[in-house]
Parts: sequence; C-alpha cells; structure tokens
Amino acid sequence: MTQSSSELTVAATAAGVPYRRGRLVRQRVRMAWMFLIPMLILLAAVAGWPLLRTIWFSFTDASLGDTSGYNLIGFENYLVYEDGVWYGLLADPEWWNAVKNTLFFTVVSVSLETVLGLIVALSLNARFPLRGLVRAAILIPWAIPTIVSAKMWGWMLHDQFGIINHMLMGLGFIDTPLAWTANPDLSMWAVIMVDVWKTTPFMALLTLAALQMLPSDCYEAARVDGIHPIQVFFKVTLPLIAPALMVAIIFRVLDALRVFDLIFVLTSNSTATMSMSVYARQQLVEFQDVGYGSAASTVLFLIIALCTLAYLYLGRKRMGADA
Amino acid sequence: MTRRQLKRWALRSGFTLLLLSIVLFSVYPFYYAILTSFKSSSELFNVSYLISRLDFSNYGAVLSQDSFLQSFSNSVLVSTLTVVISLLFGLTAAYALGRVDFRGRGSVLLIVLAVSMFPQVAVLSGLFEVIRGLNLYNNPFGLVFSYTIFTLPFTVWVLTTFMRQLPKELEEAAIVDGATPLVVLFKVFVPLMWPAMATTGLLAFIAAWNEFLFALTFTLTDDQRTVPVAIAMISGGSAYELPWGIIMAASVLVTIPLVVLVLIFQRRIVSGLTAGAVKG
Repeated sequence: MTQSSSELTVAATAAGVPYRRGRLVRQRVRMAWMFLIPMLILLAAVAGWPLLRTIWFSFTDASLGDTSGYNLIGFENYLVYEDGVWYGLLADPEWWNAVKNTLFFTVVSVSLETVLGLIVALSLNARFPLRGLVRAAILIPWAIPTIVSAKMWGWMLHDQFGIINHMLMGLGFIDTPLAWTANPDLSMWAVIMVDVWKTTPFMALLTLAALQMLPSDCYEAARVDGIHPIQVFFKVTLPLIAPALMVAIIFRVLDALRVFDLIFVLTSNSTATMSMSVYARQQLVEFQDVGYGSAASTVLFLIIALCTLAYLYLGRKRMGADA
Repeated sequence: MTRRQLKRWALRSGFTLLLLSIVLFSVYPFYYAILTSFKSSSELFNVSYLISRLDFSNYGAVLSQDSFLQSFSNSVLVSTLTVVISLLFGLTAAYALGRVDFRGRGSVLLIVLAVSMFPQVAVLSGLFEVIRGLNLYNNPFGLVFSYTIFTLPFTVWVLTTFMRQLPKELEEAAIVDGATPLVVLFKVFVPLMWPAMATTGLLAFIAAWNEFLFALTFTLTDDQRTVPVAIAMISGGSAYELPWGIIMAASVLVTIPLVVLVLIFQRRIVSGLTAGAVKG
C-alpha cells in the first residue's frame, strides 16, 4: 500500500490539484483510524489494561476474594529480606523449580518437535499415492483439544490398565508396569511425549510450506553434480529453510513457555512437572494470593517479552532481506 | 542391476514403513479413545487393540447428563460468537491496515503481533477484575470477551495480509461511484474475502473450542462451563477410580466436530496456519 499511495500523491501533484488530493488523503486516514478504533479499544480492554493491572497487583497484597481492598507493599512479593532470611518469589525454591521445569520442557519438546516435524515434512514433500490422506491424518492430533489429548494419553499411560505399559511389557522392554504420570522421574517425560504428539503436526506443516517454496534449480544442479542426498539436505535444503524454521521454532518456544492445560490435566499439581503458568495460577486462584500470583505472572510475561523481542528482531531482519 | 533394484526396493519399503508409522502414531491415540468409549465398564480393564463390540452405554451416560449437554451448547455459543466478533472487528481493522497508508500503521501492526504473543496467565488477575467489573463472571459472554485476546490478533493479521493482495482498481471504482467506506468494505471486499474469512474463522473457532485456562478460571458453576472444563471435571467415586469409558465417550463427542471440520477444510487450515506464522 505504501507504493500505491505515493503513486497517488505523485499523480496528484502532476495533475496540479494537490489541495483536493491532500484533503481526500486526510479524509481517508481519518476513516482508517475510525475503523481501527473498535479493535484497538477491544484489545486495550482485554489485553493492555489487564496486563497493567496484573503488574500493579504484583506490588500489592490483594487477594482474590476482594480485589478492591489492598495495600501497596513494594517489591515484597518479589524479594524481601527479613530477619536474616530472604522471602518472596525470587527466593522461593518452588518457583525456581517451576522455571526449571518449564525450561526443560520447552527445550526438550521443541527440539524433538523440530526434528520429527522435519522428518514428517520431508516425507510429505515427496510424491506418493494417498499423500492427501496422510496429510489429513497428521492434522488430527493438532485438532484434538489439549484437554482431550491429555485425558486420552492419561488413559493410555494408566499404570495398571494402560495400553502403553501393556505394549512395553508385551515387547519385553519392562517387567513391571510404570506409573508414567505419578512417578516424578517419568511424569515430565510423559508430558513431553504428549506435547510432541500434539504439536509435531504444526511444525511439520510450517516446515512443509517452507519446503514447497524452495526453487527446484538448486536440486537439479546438485543432482547433475551427483551429490549425495544427505549432503544435499545439509548443504542446500537446511540453509534455505532455516529462516522459516527459525520462525516456527520461536512460535513453538513462546507457546511452550506458557504451557498450562496439558500439565494441569495430565499430572495436576505435581511439583515434578509444575510449569510457571501452573504455579502462577495456583497462587492466584487456589491460594487466592493475587499479589504473589501476579508477581509470578509478571516475571513470566517478562521472559516471554524478551523472546518476542528476539522474534521481532529476527522477523525484521527477514523482511529486510526479502525487500 | 539387481543390486540396484534391491536397493531401490529397500528404500521404497523403508519409506512406506516411515509413512505408515507416521499415520499410526498420529491416528492411533484417537482411535484408542474411540475403542475405549465403546467398552462396557467391565471390559475396560482388559487391554485390546481392536474394536470387538459396540457398547453405547458410555454415550448414553454422557448424553443423559444435563450438565454435559449444557456445556456442549455453551461451547457452541462461545465459539460461534467469538468467531463473529473477531471477524467483525478484524475486518474493519484489516481494511484500515491493508488499504490505507497512514502514519502509525506499522506500530498498530506491531501491537497486534505483540498481543498474540501474550501468555494468557499474565493477564489473568487483571482480566479477572475486568470481567467481574463488567458483571460477566461465570457467564459465557465473559469467555467470548476474554477469547478475543488470542483470536483477534491473528484474525487481523491474516485478513490484513489477504486484503493487501486485492487489486486497488475495485476500490477506486466504488469510491468514484460515491460508496462510503463501510459500503466499500462490506459490498466490495467482503464478498471477495470469503476464503480468508473461512480460514481465520475456522482457526478462531477451533482455538475458542479448545481453550481451557480462561474457561476454568472465569466460570464457577456446571451450567456455565464449556466442554474442555466439563471433561477435566468428570470424576468418579474416588480420585483413583476415574470413569474412563465416560471420559472417552465425552472426549470423542467433543472432538468429532473438530476432526470433521479439519478433514473437510484441510487445505484452508494449512494455508491459514502458514499465513499466520510464516508471513508474520
């Protein structure tokens, strides 16, 4: 649009009627803002203002029962030194445990999803009969509500009657059933397994879209030169899809950092899997401590904001490269 | 020559095996949920891999619960209204952002993108206060309001991308004929935008249908809940005895509409997902 409007102005000056065109343009800009205002007000009401209130609450001792009566307590929710002991969110080992869990979950599941998504995308990029059907099949996990997949896998991973234990015992991998969701050593892996199952399709589809935009001449050149397919993948395909893959990875990282429903339903409030979102909601709703919960939410927001800035930076760099 | 054929054959069967395992891995868990939903409570604890007998008692139990039917209709209402509101606000905003060049346009797009990255839990306490202030606590309309936080940004984003690709002659002709901006939007652009609207509408519907955190936090009573919360809340006599057959039947009922939508509109959804992410 930048182009067309500058063309308009140029045409207007050339025609010698800058005044009329100027008024029309101004009218159009006013119309644009009128059209934008409803959306901006809605976003402000549902996102901007609540975010500011959350940050504000994090400096108070508000409770959920009555959010109107509270005192400002400064940084006490975050960190306070009293009688030789540090208190507050940043001194709470449970919070750091939640941070550690979330980071572990994010790194492991996003890496697995990227690799598996790449494998699925490469397979779907080949021509074979029934390709449409296979693509439809991989969309199913993506469409299933997270709660439903958590319940489904909860049943499949059931310690006594679950099919996974049954299969593993049948194949001789284990002798006794494993308590996947209750055992603290296993429960995080159960969560990761379900998340990988659910979101690999997303990665695969985004990677596939990038693969389908690749120019075919590079491949013809590689084939003429007789280069091994694996080498072609690492030397040609991967560098070419890297920018799109990076965007998809950042999308998934942002999503994984705020993980809530899967963990809440699959392993409820177990400390072995508690994520930052689960921790914040527990403080906020179950313990009714709006101040402390808001402090946790604010820190989570800051972490995600940093990642978003990284994404915007990368996105701008990409757009600059395109132009 | 034969060695080459052998190699080709091995490669091809390896590839088929890979595809088969991809399909099996994707589909089997849902198939297993369907299988479980058709088991009577006594068969439940014998692991089986194939559907042997259709027992509809779990479906009967789910559908005879008024609260489940109420949750289902709440979900339909909330998801549909969310789609309508996001499309309405998204279309007007996309018209301004996609067709008019003005100072601040980039900043508005940046704000929209930033909101789409918001962790829901970061606005939870503030939004709780707003919803209670608007008297929408424990009310499906409160959920519709809160869901626009994640549906509106990508609706605006995708519709703007689409609107920018439409030829400007269309609009100019209408303006010369004296059409007001609203007429231009709804009479000229909207008829051309059906594909993009269908895509974003579907994605918004699925997102609203599946949402859990807000639905859990902003509703209190059974009759106001949406289905994800209702399923999460199904419990048996004790914590160790969940009625898995009933949970699976409810899960299948909730998921079937989505799976049908996804299979019908496969292409549309894929293009929407990639437009939202890659072009961002």
